[in-house]
Amino acid sequence: MTAIPRALRIALGILVIAGLILAPMNFNRYGLFILSQWAVMTIAAIGLNLTLGYAGQVSLAQGAFVGIGAYSAAILTTQGMPLVAALGVAIVLCFAVGWILGYPALRVQHHYLAFVTLAFSTLAFLVFRNEDWLTKGIYGISNIPRPHIFGIATNKPLPFYYVCLGSLGIVTSAMWWLIRSPWGRAFLALRENPVRALSLGIDTRRYTLMAFAIGSALGGVAGVLYAPLTQYIDPVPFNQSLSLDLLMMVIVGGAGFFFGPFLGAMIAVLLPEWLRFTEGYYLMLYAVAVILLLIYSPTGILGILDRILAERRTKTASALRAVTKSRLETAP
Amino acid sequence: MSNLLDLLVAGLATGAIYAIVAVGFTLLWQTSQTINFAQGEFIMLPAFFMLAAMHAGAPFWLAILIGILLSLLLLGLAFKLLLVDPMLRHGVLPLAIATMALAIGIKEAVKQFYSAEASPFPSIVPAGDISVFGRMVSLQSVGVLALAIVAVTGLTAFLNRTSIGHQMQAAAQNPTVARIIGVPVERMILLTFLINALLVALASLLITPIYLAKFSSGEVLGQAAFVAAIVGGFNQVRGAIAGGLLIGVVDNLAGAYVSTQYRAAVPMILLIVIILFRPQGLLGRSEERTV
Repeated sequence: MTAIPRALRIALGILVIAGLILAPMNFNRYGLFILSQWAVMTIAAIGLNLTLGYAGQVSLAQGAFVGIGAYSAAILTTQGMPLVAALGVAIVLCFAVGWILGYPALRVQHHYLAFVTLAFSTLAFLVFRNEDWLTKGIYGISNIPRPHIFGIATNKPLPFYYVCLGSLGIVTSAMWWLIRSPWGRAFLALRENPVRALSLGIDTRRYTLMAFAIGSALGGVAGVLYAPLTQYIDPVPFNQSLSLDLLMMVIVGGAGFFFGPFLGAMIAVLLPEWLRFTEGYYLMLYAVAVILLLIYSPTGILGILDRILAERRTKTASALRAVTKSRLETAP
Repeated sequence: MSNLLDLLVAGLATGAIYAIVAVGFTLLWQTSQTINFAQGEFIMLPAFFMLAAMHAGAPFWLAILIGILLSLLLLGLAFKLLLVDPMLRHGVLPLAIATMALAIGIKEAVKQFYSAEASPFPSIVPAGDISVFGRMVSLQSVGVLALAIVAVTGLTAFLNRTSIGHQMQAAAQNPTVARIIGVPVERMILLTFLINALLVALASLLITPIYLAKFSSGEVLGQAAFVAAIVGGFNQVRGAIAGGLLIGVVDNLAGAYVSTQYRAAVPMILLIVIILFRPQGLLGRSEERTV
């Protein structure tokens, strides 16, 4: 990514942000809903990208954390508590549960870890469905209010979209900082070679748990926004297929790339919508598109970009070498 | 007491089906590091091949043959050549994700081209009760159990007694050495994919009369097979068999004695406990961690 000049990158960033703020102003209700959903899913995927892409721990439980966040928000806000309080509760709860879920990761890796976390999402789903006294079971919780931010009501789709976008902005900045901090480097070391990281004095135990806990907490943040976005929740959206979808988003976008989750969530949320004109075929086409993409580039969309840039770099480098060589040869 | 016997027999019957699928799952993992997240959909699909064939007017036995043939072609050969081969060199995770996408694709295709409703499916074992040690148990359970035992015994005999079986095991355990001593490793891997396709077709034939043919039924079945494979031991055929039977029985007993609401939780808790305290599974070898 370093091949793109800094000024161009900043300009591109400003353009995208301006587009995200300005373009939806004349979107209809449904368009705004989809775009808000993209922002929410991106937050969850950013969390999973930290766990999977940076720290290298496979987790199939992110959907469960979105569920925990969504139920925290739904239960607390329908009781009259502000959404910010629910956010705090969800973050603490998901952080703690994520930390505990990280313990298996200290013992087992890869597919075993995938299945422990998958089992956890099944358990969480059963709790959402069966604990009627808390979650209203299969009937779900309706009339979830949208928050007032600085005294402004966000009941309309557009203001609430800005709430989601603003949250995405905050999460993105926090993650940008985290990845560049010593912690971020420790996470990378954990992914690349845990044994070497340990021998260099990194407390791999603590960082593994930390990667799980922070990633899960971001899943909770996404859930807290999801509940007021849909204003009605039941257990079904938080079954294990959400966890699989989120994992797919991270891989398709490009695991371990900072902007991978943004693209992955775009593909997972928007592509099915764009393909809707094909009616019953749209999810089939989506599945085929994902498979073809992964065959072509197993490191996801940003993997393709990375490859192209790397090729260009090697070309520039070899061109430079050729020039130097010819200069050396022509030199007296 | 007769209730317990019924539950045990029914549990062993579904467990035996899980075992068949779990064996296929572990075979794919052993020979080609494929974690097939579409395995559940692989069980769901052959029943629809058979139903479609019957709709076209084929008698049941011919429909079964057509179903098995299509499974071998699509779930064995095409799956291996079109999806696994191009992805294998990129490592475990992208391939696993691709099979998740495949699972979505298969589900949607069945929903779109066949039906979103559950369809009844004829049983190859006649209904009724049979007397075992003076107690009446469902003939269907006993029949399914018997067929599954025949299939699993046949497969283990094939793997352990025949030359091709030995070559397959060699290819799974150490492909490099197997290649050196002249085992056609590529062909053996293809063979495991075909065997998996055959196993899921058989499982489909046995379980669909119990659970009905529905596009979404693969989710539960696939998960049961994963759990069975891990509980028994991811890298051992006999582990997968033991795991399948155990999960079938535990699931059935949990439904009766623990709670119907949390029935699905019991195998999951078993899975977590097994992974934490015996990650290699009940009968598995431990895999070394590489630096």
